[in-house]
Amino acid sequence: MSRLQLDQALVARARELAARAAAPVVDLAATYTTVSVERATLRLAGLTGTDPVDGDGEVPWVNRVVDAVRDQVGLEHGVALPAWHALGSGGTLQDLAEQVGAGTARFTVPEGAAADRAREASRAAVGAGIARIDANRARREELVATHGDPPRRPWIYLIVATGDIYEDIPQAQAAARAGADVIAVIRSTGQSLLDYVPEGATRTGYAGTYATQENFRLMRAALDDVSAELGRYVRLTNYASGLCMPEIAVLAGLERLDMMLNDAMYGILFRDINPHRTFVDQRFSRMVHARAGIIINTGEDNYLTTADAVDEAHTVTVSQLLNERLAHEAGLEDWQLGLGHAFEIDPAVPESFRLELAHALLARGLFPDAPLKWMPPTKHMTGDVFRGYLLDGFFNLAGALTGQGILLVGMMTEAVVTPWLSDRDLALRNVRYVLEAAGNLHEDFAPQPGGFIDRRAHTVLTEAVELLERIAAHPQGLIQAIADGTFGITKRSPDGGKGLDGVVRKAPDHHDPATELLTREVSRA
Amino acid sequence: MPEQGQDRDFGPSTGGSVVRPYGDTTGDGMVQTSFTLPVPPGPKADGAALQLAQKMGIEPAMVVHSHGIGSGGGAAGDSAAFTFFVVYGSVRHLVDLDAVHVEERPYPLLSPGEVNAAVKTRLRRSLVVLGACIGTDAHTVGIDAILNLKGFAGEKGLEYYRELQVANLGAQVSVPELVHAARARKADAVLVSQVVTQRDAHLRNTRELAGAFREAMGESRPLLVVGGPRFDPAMAADLGVDKVFGRGTTPGEVASYLVHALVPEEASA
Repeated sequence: MSRLQLDQALVARARELAARAAAPVVDLAATYTTVSVERATLRLAGLTGTDPVDGDGEVPWVNRVVDAVRDQVGLEHGVALPAWHALGSGGTLQDLAEQVGAGTARFTVPEGAAADRAREASRAAVGAGIARIDANRARREELVATHGDPPRRPWIYLIVATGDIYEDIPQAQAAARAGADVIAVIRSTGQSLLDYVPEGATRTGYAGTYATQENFRLMRAALDDVSAELGRYVRLTNYASGLCMPEIAVLAGLERLDMMLNDAMYGILFRDINPHRTFVDQRFSRMVHARAGIIINTGEDNYLTTADAVDEAHTVTVSQLLNERLAHEAGLEDWQLGLGHAFEIDPAVPESFRLELAHALLARGLFPDAPLKWMPPTKHMTGDVFRGYLLDGFFNLAGALTGQGILLVGMMTEAVVTPWLSDRDLALRNVRYVLEAAGNLHEDFAPQPGGFIDRRAHTVLTEAVELLERIAAHPQGLIQAIADGTFGITKRSPDGGKGLDGVVRKAPDHHDPATELLTREVSRA
Repeated sequence: MPEQGQDRDFGPSTGGSVVRPYGDTTGDGMVQTSFTLPVPPGPKADGAALQLAQKMGIEPAMVVHSHGIGSGGGAAGDSAAFTFFVVYGSVRHLVDLDAVHVEERPYPLLSPGEVNAAVKTRLRRSLVVLGACIGTDAHTVGIDAILNLKGFAGEKGLEYYRELQVANLGAQVSVPELVHAARARKADAVLVSQVVTQRDAHLRNTRELAGAFREAMGESRPLLVVGGPRFDPAMAADLGVDKVFGRGTTPGEVASYLVHALVPEEASA
């Protein structure tokens, strides 16, 4: 593997600053809970389905129960104490939900021995969900052992997005047969801003398919079939982002998804989701992903679609370091960190390919054990599909040459149409050609110390450390830095944005059986 | 390639009002196209592609390349259910330039850089834009696509524009609240999206919006822009607003319109 000779003192300094900048974010998760974290707890305990009466049958029971608890006793104690206290000695969560639907459920916050009983019962119920996640992880390991991993790196990652799960399935299977190792089902436009998770198999998404538990199950089963047929375990990806991040993470664990998009700051910066909501939700979702053996993919590529990929290259490095810190803190291991970066330098810039190699090698050198997620050009794809095909070829070459772990296949029709069957096929031929022709070129390729690539990587790392110094100098670290617009894109205040009303300060007796069970495992690990 | 006699009249020497595609010789009519048919690869597939090309007016046509899709591209290529073709040939069609009429947008489409520059140099302050979903409509997908940094259709939302000061009030904002916010923030433009159209709620809400602003602020009201998938862009005057955007509108179009409507042509002295 090609390696840069990075200044190890500078690397250590960068990690130390990232830890300091992220510390206030970690504290947030200990101080607050959110409606989505509480709903995720009920999902772990097995509550599914929707209220057939309320909101045209679209409102999930988990929303109804959490809202009812909040109305009656507040959410500062968590949903588990009042819910399992209401269950008492008999009945199921489903029965309780129906009582909420009928308006007959009465919640109180138990104390003393009653509280102990409620805590114990909730731990048992949530523990069953965690056991299912554990079983799925074991099953994945077994299937990988049976069918095998992809024969080489990078893994080839392809997107499917028809809006209709029953159209997605044959397309995903065809993509796997044509060489895709990872299938991502893009979500419907706007799902990230829904404060509930839709239910059931869905056929009406717009520019993507809704993430639902049933859609997850259907697609995973279809990929299991094709994995057996191909003798290669085909992985499934979805998106744990937006207002329901913790719940989607739980559903992913329950249905054996393999990778999830999960970025520390994306929702805040790009979707105007409240920072507290995002950071609290994110910590929970990452703990679940850690437990489920899911590889997260972070969203640094997005910075480069809004900012200049040369001038702002260091913001990618900073975000990767912060994402790494917040992932480790939540129990994720290096092999689970698909840190993102992208091939987005304007091809008209002289030496653009050498600059791309420098940035990609910097990420490789900083995170040697992480399966980096390499994202194709989008910003400079103009509709000239011939030029786009060439650019994608160079992107593939950079990916092979710099040892990227996961390669998102670029489409020459980017910015023109959602990919056609032939677009995907041509794109996969491009990847196959490059990997077969030059997949081992990294063995011969070593950037000259002190040369252009080496110097550029050092410059970006230095700029990243400077930006981290500024972030860490803020009294509230990352949170204040985001409010001040340090990331150059936009300012997001801690008390603005969507989903703030779903953030609740925890009372001293707050009980969250999921975090309790998951943390016990993290500290043991 | 055999040419029909009359075609020779259509070179540049005739004044050029009628033209044909150009491969490497004037008037050769050569085009290149690619497509996929849902048939397995083979002689029959190539024949099918030729038939399609001829119906498209490409004659003679050559299938210069074809391959199966959907089987992994390896030895099992013959099990593919689809075939991809690249076709070259000469089209019979003529283009009459005199009959080409281009519908021009009454204002130019600007890049984010051009929008920022126009606002900065000609307005000399940032442009204040307020967005909301009004009435009972909880579908913020439209206003979010236009305003959020994330944007829509590969274009960044208005938040991305340095010289635009954007506030998105979100869903279910009442008209009086919106009027109040517009006044408090000295909004130059108010953008409202409407998805729900039950019993023409989007039209009723828009008229209510226009009426409320007229009443509260008269001539000094901000620019009113509405959008949504069921709006007819020709209805602006009827609804009492300045502009209506329909389905598929991108942030860049909205930003370009704002510059056109709100930024003076020449820098003020």
